Amino acid sequence: MTQKILEVRGLSRIYGHGCPMCLASTGPEHDTNVCGHCGSIVALHDVGFDLFRGEILGIIGESGSGKSSTVKMLYFDDTPSAGQAIFHDEGQRHDLFRKNAAQQRSLRNKRFGMVYQNPHLGLNFQVSAGGNIAERLLMSDVAHYGEIRRRSRDLLARTEVLPERMDQNPKTFSGGMQQRVQIAKALVTRPPLLFLDEVTTGLDLSVQAAILDLILEIQQELDTAMIVVTHDLGVIRLLAGRTLVMKHGRVIEAGLTDQILEDPQHAYTQRLVASNL
Amino acid sequence: MNLNYEFPGEETGYAFGFLDEYAKKEVRRAILKAICIPGYQTPYASREMPMGRGFGTGGLQLTLALIGPDDTLKVIDQGADDSVNAVNLRQFILHTCPGVAATEKTEAATVIQSRHRIPEKPLTEAQVLVLQVPYPDPLVVVESSEARRKTMHAEGDYSRLLVKLYEDIVRFDEITISFRYPTRINGHYVIDPSPIPRWDVPKLDQSPALVLLGAGREKKIYAVPPYTPAEPLVFEDVPFRVEHFLDGQDRRRACVRCGATDSYLDEFSNDQDAKIFQCSDSAWCSERLSRQRREEVPA
Amino acid sequence: MGYVAIKGGRAAIDGAAAAAEFLRARDESGEPLRLSAIEHQLRLLTSRVISEGGLYHPRLAALAIKQFQGDTLEAAFALRAYRSTKPRLMALPVQPSTSMRCIRRISSAFKDIPGGQMIGPSYDFALRLLRFDLANEDPAAFQAVARRFLGAAPPADLPDSFPKVLDALRGEGLLPPVAASQGEPFDITREPLVFPVSRSAALATMARAETGSLLAMAYSNMRGYGDVHPTVAELRVGYLPVLVPHPVTGEPMEAGEVLMTECEVVAMYESGNPDALPMFTLGYGACFGHNEVKAISMAILDRALQKGMRDGPENPSEDPEFVLLHVDGVDSMGFASHYKMPHYVTFQSDLDRLRTTQDKARAPRTEVGHESKL
Repeated sequence: MTQKILEVRGLSRIYGHGCPMCLASTGPEHDTNVCGHCGSIVALHDVGFDLFRGEILGIIGESGSGKSSTVKMLYFDDTPSAGQAIFHDEGQRHDLFRKNAAQQRSLRNKRFGMVYQNPHLGLNFQVSAGGNIAERLLMSDVAHYGEIRRRSRDLLARTEVLPERMDQNPKTFSGGMQQRVQIAKALVTRPPLLFLDEVTTGLDLSVQAAILDLILEIQQELDTAMIVVTHDLGVIRLLAGRTLVMKHGRVIEAGLTDQILEDPQHAYTQRLVASNL
Repeated sequence: MNLNYEFPGEETGYAFGFLDEYAKKEVRRAILKAICIPGYQTPYASREMPMGRGFGTGGLQLTLALIGPDDTLKVIDQGADDSVNAVNLRQFILHTCPGVAATEKTEAATVIQSRHRIPEKPLTEAQVLVLQVPYPDPLVVVESSEARRKTMHAEGDYSRLLVKLYEDIVRFDEITISFRYPTRINGHYVIDPSPIPRWDVPKLDQSPALVLLGAGREKKIYAVPPYTPAEPLVFEDVPFRVEHFLDGQDRRRACVRCGATDSYLDEFSNDQDAKIFQCSDSAWCSERLSRQRREEVPA
Repeated sequence: MGYVAIKGGRAAIDGAAAAAEFLRARDESGEPLRLSAIEHQLRLLTSRVISEGGLYHPRLAALAIKQFQGDTLEAAFALRAYRSTKPRLMALPVQPSTSMRCIRRISSAFKDIPGGQMIGPSYDFALRLLRFDLANEDPAAFQAVARRFLGAAPPADLPDSFPKVLDALRGEGLLPPVAASQGEPFDITREPLVFPVSRSAALATMARAETGSLLAMAYSNMRGYGDVHPTVAELRVGYLPVLVPHPVTGEPMEAGEVLMTECEVVAMYESGNPDALPMFTLGYGACFGHNEVKAISMAILDRALQKGMRDGPENPSEDPEFVLLHVDGVDSMGFASHYKMPHYVTFQSDLDRLRTTQDKARAPRTEVGHESKL
């Protein structure tokens, strides 16, 4: 029986002061995130799901759906207004939002990985590609130069970055190659949980395909659990076993990807699927 | 304007040690805190001194707060007692601390204030070494915000600094930091040991003497307490190396004055444009020289 | 032998001091400067040194200017060092600037203000044409200037104090009401700055900051690295009575007065809070002596820093660490000067590193250096 690695319940995030009317006046039925009474933005409301070890969960939605916000909260890039997330790792149970800043940073550095759509968020452009990966290893207390070089080289090879690029600054790389470096950086500590936020959006189709294949291979090799955030059904179809559909901060549909694609229940999902086929 | 106001006829009534008692107490409290948390940069309200910021006011405040009439003072700059900066500071301390004796002999001093060098002669438990610091924080090269640096120090997160060392090795096959080599104290805080050369960094490790570091302009005091581990940041497989002073034929250069091959050397060109090397630690050099002269004279 | 002498530092220092003194005394007229001449005929210079030295003592500031041959950074430094040795007698309560005996008071926000626009002594409208008649000023003519001015002045019918323009704006609800005082002001001479700092710490730091440094940063904000868009609600120059509590009765007694400049700037309005109406925001600047550029710059930076501390800085003038750590003239001048000191030990260490690196680069690389040690 596969174990759960992550349990999320009641995850919510409001920007602004909030008022008693916020929840009732926002959401998919109202077609907005913005509360008409107080102007607050309900980015997330009552998002919940389970993630199992080694599985890929997809989160699909348009911009404003809250899909990226969900992952931001879990990676500690932002703080939720309410909710709970339990991370099960090496026999320990971590209540993520109750941890202090140092504990959160430790989990972030050693047990999570994150690949952003914008490489400026995930990469340090003041050091080389290899330096980026080295930084992550150094944060997890690896102190042997030779080993750092070896592991960086191996991972860059695995993510198909040309070896001569290792000591170059990623400023000069193509978008696709920057994403590869990000993926290598995220994986170098062998985290059990990886977040991928719109990682192929904006890349050429052929590059996208190659990166998606890479992600699938890595997942099979390392058995990493992943949350893949995207607006693209094709990505979901390829990678995710189960999917959440989000709209205006709420989860409107959840289940096996195949079932959602074949037999969408919610009107929005139906439109989404229809427009993509 | 008070029409009866008159200037004092001459400099009157400075307290012993120039600083008022409140200021001295504050510096001493900061020192105690710094010793209790080895390597931690303790903020303090640094006072203005009659010499410029950057001329050793941090070290000076430490010395003035600690020194008493039964102390013996040595002040050096670049290893030399007679360097202009050392002369200036020594005159000021002696003038404001009547009763304090001055010496050039390292072993005779109880308080040694130094800029950019640690004396060659090993120090003892009876001595305090005060180092003058321009930049207290080794992380300043990778992070300009002090608030963010404090968090990095608190969490022991020096990865961005280590990445710099990594990039050096990639580019030059060497760590190129020459002075101010980042050093980890007591297993946690990494300090900037002040602009001492690599040659002097090993002297901090398990030192019998208390080493205090004062940054006047940056308003920080920190300490390497006696017998505390002080490890320069390295990789497990890239050892820490001191300056080698080898000539083109791999021979260790010697001091032209006393012949020492085991001290840090100053390099300069003489009037014939030849390169000569001389001990940086003038007291060390003079002692060697006078010992040699005594040995030369038949008993 | 060929080695470098290791003695002689003392003589060098003495020689340098003598040379500097010589230059100071090399005036053909043979007349030493009188302190009163500096204090009055160079009053704006004296104001600057008082304000940057952080010690209100015009005569001493004049002495420092004389001693350091007009270098304002050195003179301010000398004042600060002097102050450093003086015992702290007491901390005074906050002094209200409404009681200022103004010699100059203007507002750009309104054409006319209660009490009137009093231009006072100002070069704002003067033409910057050199007055060659000042080159060989006749002492008799010089003395006549003051006599003539005072003789022609009408009997004084100025009020003792003027209302604050801002109070009128507050009365209309266009500015937030004055917040109740929050504890003791931060003492920058006793406590180090640890960020984030309070507004009182920022203001105190800027009050004795170097004028040019403040001006440059404020200018960057005015030109577009910021959006304060200030209007000077009021600029005052005058003598502020210093009230000291009587040691026995506790009654406030006037111990003297200090000349100071104060500037209040009104900036872009904002809504602090969705329930409240939007209001103007305020920037405040004040310093010892007559120094308008400094007070205006300080007010603009005060506003910029408040914004930066609340919303996060979007440009250097809004970043408290960037501004407050780099505007102190004594700190910055000292550090710039220290580069003139011997650095040959550290340079020797650099030489070692570079030579080693060059040697490695020259030697044929058969294996990849440290990586071979796997």
